[in-house]
Amino acid sequence: MGCPGCLAVPLALDTAAARPAMLILSLPNVHCAACIGSIEAGLTAVPGVQTARVNLTQKRARIVAATGVTAAELVAALARIGHEAHELDAAALSATHSDRQGRDLLLRLAVAGFAMMNVMFLSVAVWSGADDQSRRVFHWISAGIAVPTIAFSALPFFRSAWASLRVRRLGMDVPISVAILLATMISVSETMQDGAVAWFDAAVTLTFFLLAGRYLDHRTRAAARSAAGVLSALEVPRALRLGPAGPQSVAVDTLFPGDLLLVRPGGRMPVDGVVTEGRSELDRAILTGETTPVFAGPGSLVAAGETNLTGPLTLRVTHAGRDSSLHRMADLVAVAEASRGRYTTLADKAAQIYVPVVHLLSLGAFIGWLAVTGDARLALNIAVAVLIITCPCGLGLAVPAVVTAASGQLFRRGLLIKNATALERLASATVVVFDKTGTLTFGVPDVAGLAGYSDDQLAVARALADGSAHPLAQALALALARAITARGIAPAPVTAIAEVPGCGVMGLWQGRQVRLGRAEWLGGVAAETTATHLQIGTDGPVAFQFTDTLRPGAAQAVAGLRSLGLRVMLMSGDAGAPVAELAGRLGIDAFQSRLTPLQKAEQIAGLAAQGDRVLMIGDGLNDTAALAAAHVSIAPASALDAARAAADIVLLGTDMAPIADAVRLARVAVQRMRQNFAISIAYNVIAVPFALLGFATPLLSAVAMSLSSISVSLNAMRMK
Amino acid sequence: MDILIWLIPVSLILGGVGLCAFVWTVWHRQYDDPAGDAARILLPDWDDQPKP
Repeated sequence: MGCPGCLAVPLALDTAAARPAMLILSLPNVHCAACIGSIEAGLTAVPGVQTARVNLTQKRARIVAATGVTAAELVAALARIGHEAHELDAAALSATHSDRQGRDLLLRLAVAGFAMMNVMFLSVAVWSGADDQSRRVFHWISAGIAVPTIAFSALPFFRSAWASLRVRRLGMDVPISVAILLATMISVSETMQDGAVAWFDAAVTLTFFLLAGRYLDHRTRAAARSAAGVLSALEVPRALRLGPAGPQSVAVDTLFPGDLLLVRPGGRMPVDGVVTEGRSELDRAILTGETTPVFAGPGSLVAAGETNLTGPLTLRVTHAGRDSSLHRMADLVAVAEASRGRYTTLADKAAQIYVPVVHLLSLGAFIGWLAVTGDARLALNIAVAVLIITCPCGLGLAVPAVVTAASGQLFRRGLLIKNATALERLASATVVVFDKTGTLTFGVPDVAGLAGYSDDQLAVARALADGSAHPLAQALALALARAITARGIAPAPVTAIAEVPGCGVMGLWQGRQVRLGRAEWLGGVAAETTATHLQIGTDGPVAFQFTDTLRPGAAQAVAGLRSLGLRVMLMSGDAGAPVAELAGRLGIDAFQSRLTPLQKAEQIAGLAAQGDRVLMIGDGLNDTAALAAAHVSIAPASALDAARAAADIVLLGTDMAPIADAVRLARVAVQRMRQNFAISIAYNVIAVPFALLGFATPLLSAVAMSLSSISVSLNAMRMK
Repeated sequence: MDILIWLIPVSLILGGVGLCAFVWTVWHRQYDDPAGDAARILLPDWDDQPKP
């Protein structure tokens, strides 16, 4: 008999192993009932899968399976039946506070809607001239419906108003709460005193319309957060740790300095470290913007985010978790974002003027009527009427309705708005700063031209390039395949082809050694432009030059932004020559090269100090601080997670052309917001004198309030 | 007018039943996948019990 602890631990392990696991897959191409049927059938056919449920709205599948079942197996099973799938981080997508908040708002809205319809039904009878006894009964029934409804449905406004008052600020929710509470209390008092007028309908209608605005606002933000969450969850950070039992896949947050890791060709460095074994080349484009791969061998320092290209590398971890370069970059981002948090929205500006004016008007009405008539009850009723008439129903809907309509339009054009104030900031941008690698270009090499080479050179280069997994060799092989087919020549019969990690590829042709790779390996001098070199026997090396493939729509985006009156600049971490070449191709006059992440952020801050409002468009880690420091920022979906997190807007497709359209649409959206404010103000200018003079009946208030809300919503829906 | 004594409570009860039904659907996450629910009724073996 062992000790209870020894018995309990294996038992606990067994229990954990037996517990089914939850897996979530992203299904980007699912679109119909047939897809749902085939995917669910395909997933449940995998041994160990207990249930599989496709969510078509979110384009995800949620799978409950035995612990042994891996996401890779499920992705492969779906690939076999023709469906693309990617693993999502289930922990990152679990039910969030935002989901609960949305459900809570929807319930409050439903209760307010139910109460509004019933109270209105009774109010119409009162307005139509019900006799005294019926009016008394209807007021009591209205009170019975309205009071608990206000207590439940208007709670978010009361909480928000209380939070504002505690920090001595007057937000938009303060007059809303005061109006709702006063209207309810006066109505209860009037009902108890058998008065002729009660404002239950106004209080409940107000709550309903304002909650509708709040719910629209929440939906817009939640949709953006959900889509952004999927993008983040697509990257499940894991690493191969070398232990006594060989390489073992572990979560990156479990690594410590001193751990040995294996990074295979094509893999991304999970942490900062130093190479202990192996030779390869590294793609640092995402960190520095530099397109030319750099050599890595024993002793070379590597940073998290770099891609290993050709040979397997063993690393010793030097910095993990909070100490890594990724986290240091996050600190820069946090500083930059703090300054952006101080942005004052149009709604904030409107509230700053609106709130004191409304309260002073109401107070003035009370004092004036009390002074003239000496009737405190009448004066209080008129003050409440002023508060209800001026209550910012339209103002509460003015911004959320426009943001919802504009976000929907932009989403259909392939742009995801992550931040509620991004549209306003995008509309006011004066300068656009583009990053180069991965933003204006794909960061994928493209052969510049093959006209000046002999048939032998092309045939040998083709044979060697075919034998290498290096991205430059693969791009060259693709271009050569087309070129030699066009010239009618066959690939040279090169034998004994072998890849030399970190250097290139070599072989034998007609008894001579032939090599394709780095200039230094062939005894040449590396140029500043991206190139690979071919050497046949003892001949001098011949360079094949590469350019970066331009993103579709990049030229249209630059031209479109210019036509909207914006200045366009290019800031890159890449070498001078490729940056100048790209700027020339796109007609960008202002460009800078070899900028560090800090220098980029400083340049952005410098432009802001001159009074410019910068729209930064970038994708790499080197752009993250600049993205956060800019007035507004856009990152492509292919960008690094940190860059997407720092950006306000994510470009979902590969085409850049919608960016100019987004600026145009943002300007229209801000115009609509201003129009909505103007509609609300015009309505107040007409209605407030009636209220001040004591002519505001509950019927007039209800009609005016509904007209104001409906007109701003319709104006927002005109967005195209 | 006496009929109102019956009609008002009846209308409130009916409205309340509708409200309770709506609240029940929200709690049971029936608005989580409106596009999927609309598509599922076309499947031969559709089910209206969302699995976890």
